[in-house]
Amino acid sequence: MANPHGKYLVGVYDDDEVILHAVPTLRKAGVKISEVYSPFAIHGMDDALGHPRTRIGIAAFIFGVTGCICGLTLMIWTMGIDWPMIVGGKDPISIPNYIPITFEVTVLFTAFGMVTVFFITNGLGPSLVNPNSFDPRATDNKFVMAIDLKGNRLSEAEITQQLRDTGAEEVNIKQF
Amino acid sequence: MHVTSPVRPPLVTGAKTYADVTEDICRHVEAKPTKEWWVAFIISVVVLIYGTACVFWTWWEGLGVWGLNKTVGWAWDITNFVWWVGIGHAGTLISAILLLFRQKWRTSINRAAEAMTIFAVLCAASFILMHMGRPWMAYWALPLPNAFGSLWVNFNSPLVWDVFAISTYFSVSLVFWYIGLIPDLATIRDRARSKVSRFIYGSLAMGWTGSAKAWSRYEYISLILAGLATPLVLSVHTIVSMDFATSVIPGWHTTIFPPYFVAGAIFSGFAMVQNLMLITRVVYKLEDYITIEHIESMNKVITLTGSIVGVAYITEFFIAWYSGVEYESYAFINRATGPYWWAYLTMMTCNVITPQLFWSRYIRRSVTWTFFIAILVNIGMWFERFVIIVTSLHRDYLPSSWAMFSPTMFDIGDYIFSFGFFFTFFLLFSKFLPVVNMAEVKSVLRSSSETLPKKVAGVAKGERVASPNYNKDAQ
Repeated sequence: MANPHGKYLVGVYDDDEVILHAVPTLRKAGVKISEVYSPFAIHGMDDALGHPRTRIGIAAFIFGVTGCICGLTLMIWTMGIDWPMIVGGKDPISIPNYIPITFEVTVLFTAFGMVTVFFITNGLGPSLVNPNSFDPRATDNKFVMAIDLKGNRLSEAEITQQLRDTGAEEVNIKQF
Repeated sequence: MHVTSPVRPPLVTGAKTYADVTEDICRHVEAKPTKEWWVAFIISVVVLIYGTACVFWTWWEGLGVWGLNKTVGWAWDITNFVWWVGIGHAGTLISAILLLFRQKWRTSINRAAEAMTIFAVLCAASFILMHMGRPWMAYWALPLPNAFGSLWVNFNSPLVWDVFAISTYFSVSLVFWYIGLIPDLATIRDRARSKVSRFIYGSLAMGWTGSAKAWSRYEYISLILAGLATPLVLSVHTIVSMDFATSVIPGWHTTIFPPYFVAGAIFSGFAMVQNLMLITRVVYKLEDYITIEHIESMNKVITLTGSIVGVAYITEFFIAWYSGVEYESYAFINRATGPYWWAYLTMMTCNVITPQLFWSRYIRRSVTWTFFIAILVNIGMWFERFVIIVTSLHRDYLPSSWAMFSPTMFDIGDYIFSFGFFFTFFLLFSKFLPVVNMAEVKSVLRSSSETLPKKVAGVAKGERVASPNYNKDAQ
């Protein structure tokens, strides 16, 4: 999610299971949740929030195939075409000898490509300013739900009540 | 329904809450370095300076300062290289293979083990540079075109495979480690009181907020990185073993090398993890996170891999005799009974016999025993590489070229360099970065902490597992 701006209602929960159960309840009640922030991965949270499944695996596969082709091409071209060489009585192009490096290059491309995509899609990167934070405890021990008031039909009071009913310890207002 | 066997002991003791985890780990990052840390750090830096001087002299003067001769052309340099790469393998095994096997006990030790991997691989790479003699020519190992003065590199050579394997391994491990660090760096950023540390940890955390989307991508790429790192780590030591196995030197030319080297790598790496973690655990008071269960689990891996290595030694010996190849059998008989019998005996004792002591429950749960056996394993694994490299070379085909190897002060000094380097960096890591992966420990806290048995009983009575009071912070 891009750096948030505007007026938000922030529900602070104390327990990962509680917030995981709160999300579908709130969504059924018609509350639009912007995002949930937690100190560790909560399994099932992206499903509960209705986030689509990440496609980063497809990107990783494409990078891997690219790496594989690049590695093989480099070796076949240098050893067999640009300057054909017979080493140890093997053919200039002897694919079995190229497998180890092809594998390494495939792994290298996949890892770096995938991590680059990870950084871009999450908006992570070197920056001189820290991102807007709804609650600094979200990286410590609290589970934080952010609700953008602009995009919601329900009133502030209604949502606050809903948050409290689902187990939120605190409900704060955050304006960026 | 969530059911966990109550007989499985908790991975995190001391009824920790999420806030306790943050506090226990961040405390050491935020506090001023202790006196013990300074003492250890200064010793490491002094050792590093001495080692650097030796390395500098090695490069200035040339490889003649080593004890190599025309028969033994590889000795401590490659021994140290293989030893350090092997040590590095444990970190990847813990973070990648144990992740694929869903072993939750990895969460307390993976951070430090991966840091160990990175520094160990750097130490290993330094020996590759050293043994080149002319390190400013190191770029010749890269596939660069003719204009640089030579042909393309020979892609049929396992030495070139090694260049690719080690550099890929190092960079992928570094990325894997850093991705795991980002959420914890964000935790430190959000707790930081001073502007400077907020800025430094903030820029290192790269703007991590812990949003659900980011976490789901994080979990996904961790899994893929683990899936990539697993065959990678096996391929790296396989290729290292091929540096020997694809040659025609009796004693090196054996197909058993790849699996045997990989097992040996994990074996020595776990021993090094034990040594480092046992000290870190006491100094940082992490007994609740790195419990006797963790130590015992690692000791089991040491026993398993040590036994595999033992079987490999015996198989190798048997095949040398059974093949009927005179040179091969001579190489092995010479190893065991020739002038280097003491090195062979050290290797056999430390690698095959001592780890078997871990069959005793008392010994594998004893911190003192574990520490000393782990040191013995590391000594044994260094001698394994020494035995393989030097004893296979020192008696050439012609008895007139038989020779012995004796190290000079520069062989020793360059080895000392790697220790200074390793410990200096490990101490810096343990001071300035969280030594335990807080986010992952928090994620296993619910299922594996001491409060669990109560929860299981609650489920049986039909209560909800999640009670809002679960994570009430200790006031």
